[in-house]
Amino acid sequence: MRVTVIDYKAGNLTSVLKALRHLGAEADVTDGDLAPVERAERIVLPGVGHFAATQRLDATGLTPAIHAAIARGIPFLGICVGMQWLYAGSSEAPGQPGLGHFAESCTRFPESKEKVPHVGWNSLEIRPDSRLLAGVEPGEYVYFTHSYKAPVTSDTAAVTHYIEPFASAVERGNVMGVQFHPEKSGTTGLKILGNFLKWQGAE
Amino acid sequence: MITKRIIACLDVRDGRVVKGVQFVDLIDAGDPATQAARHAREGADEIVLLDITATHEGRATLLDTVRRTARELFVPFCVGGGIRSADDAAQVFEAGADKVSVNSAALADPMLIDAIGLSFGAQAVVVAIDARRDPQAADPVRDAQVLVQGGRKLTGRRVVEWAREAEARGAGEILLTSMDSDGMRTGFDCELTAAVSETVNIPVIASGGAGTVDHFVDVFGRGKADAALAASIFHFGVSSARSLKEELAKAGVSVRLPC
Repeated sequence: MRVTVIDYKAGNLTSVLKALRHLGAEADVTDGDLAPVERAERIVLPGVGHFAATQRLDATGLTPAIHAAIARGIPFLGICVGMQWLYAGSSEAPGQPGLGHFAESCTRFPESKEKVPHVGWNSLEIRPDSRLLAGVEPGEYVYFTHSYKAPVTSDTAAVTHYIEPFASAVERGNVMGVQFHPEKSGTTGLKILGNFLKWQGAE
Repeated sequence: MITKRIIACLDVRDGRVVKGVQFVDLIDAGDPATQAARHAREGADEIVLLDITATHEGRATLLDTVRRTARELFVPFCVGGGIRSADDAAQVFEAGADKVSVNSAALADPMLIDAIGLSFGAQAVVVAIDARRDPQAADPVRDAQVLVQGGRKLTGRRVVEWAREAEARGAGEILLTSMDSDGMRTGFDCELTAAVSETVNIPVIASGGAGTVDHFVDVFGRGKADAALAASIFHFGVSSARSLKEELAKAGVSVRLPC
């Protein structure tokens, strides 16, 4: 299993790489070189930090390269800000467009008595046909840390409740995203990353 | 539903886990990597490694310890102690930490919080505050003194206003240690924890004083803590995070179970 991990200088990749390698994947990293994306077998876009950092994907030409890879049917997984980038944009950085693979936009959690960011272990309500989340049982928990989130739509693969329901996973064909950090979510997270690494074309 | 986190804390000196009462009388409690793996296996929601090494040689050992500890750890991993610059933080992240905790260096130069947050995201910056109630103050709790050097030195800062500044500078979480209760096993300082948790909009991790399950129930309820740190309660096989969480669940606290 080969995975190309995109580095756009938003936080560190150590944990994601460690988890992928633990699962037996051969992970290479690109921070602007397009060739690894053009010949990628699978792509992971991690992300901790600010949505504005995704500007680097545009500046380096990675955005069209990723777009082309997705169009070729390459399995793609966005994590945290990497998931949010799959949408049209985020109110965190209004001038910065996302990939627009999903038409909606990400927004900040509304004001409430609950704290923002949403930090900690929370549960998932999983769409039964999700392949990314196959084998994850009701009541399993995953680790979140974020202030912005994607809305629940027909592409939503899992819903999590915090202040209001939001999309904790999205999945349409070969394009998948998780708002939580599977690399930090214990055995549940490793199972989800394992599902992504085993994903073989549309059924 | 979001759950309350139980965080296993390893105090590490010269590459070994140690435990003392109020930061003195330290005794050896094992290898950090082995201990961290065991805590994760036994249900801890997160691991914190606090380096209390003072020596230069010990600092190099720390990065090696972090690397070894992080290798097989797939829950959030925070490292603190001796991080004085964004470069120090970068090295610790590179070695495999997900978060760094800063304490005295942030008090000496609060811009350090901004700097680390800018490079690694706010979620990666935990500001650790060691506080002691001030009986002389108008409000002994809200005006608790902020201390450094393991509780030996006053800073002149007050806990609530320092927590608020840390948040404004982009801290992702506050790790609040009550120096009055630390190592005493007599319970967390719930009033102090609640005062900080109600002031800031970021998670507050309560620390210092855990001795029984009821202490945790109390700090998650009355103390309004989002997470609680435990060190001595787990050492020497007293209890595991899993059994602690099973007891907490019975008391109505939302925790990650099964784990």
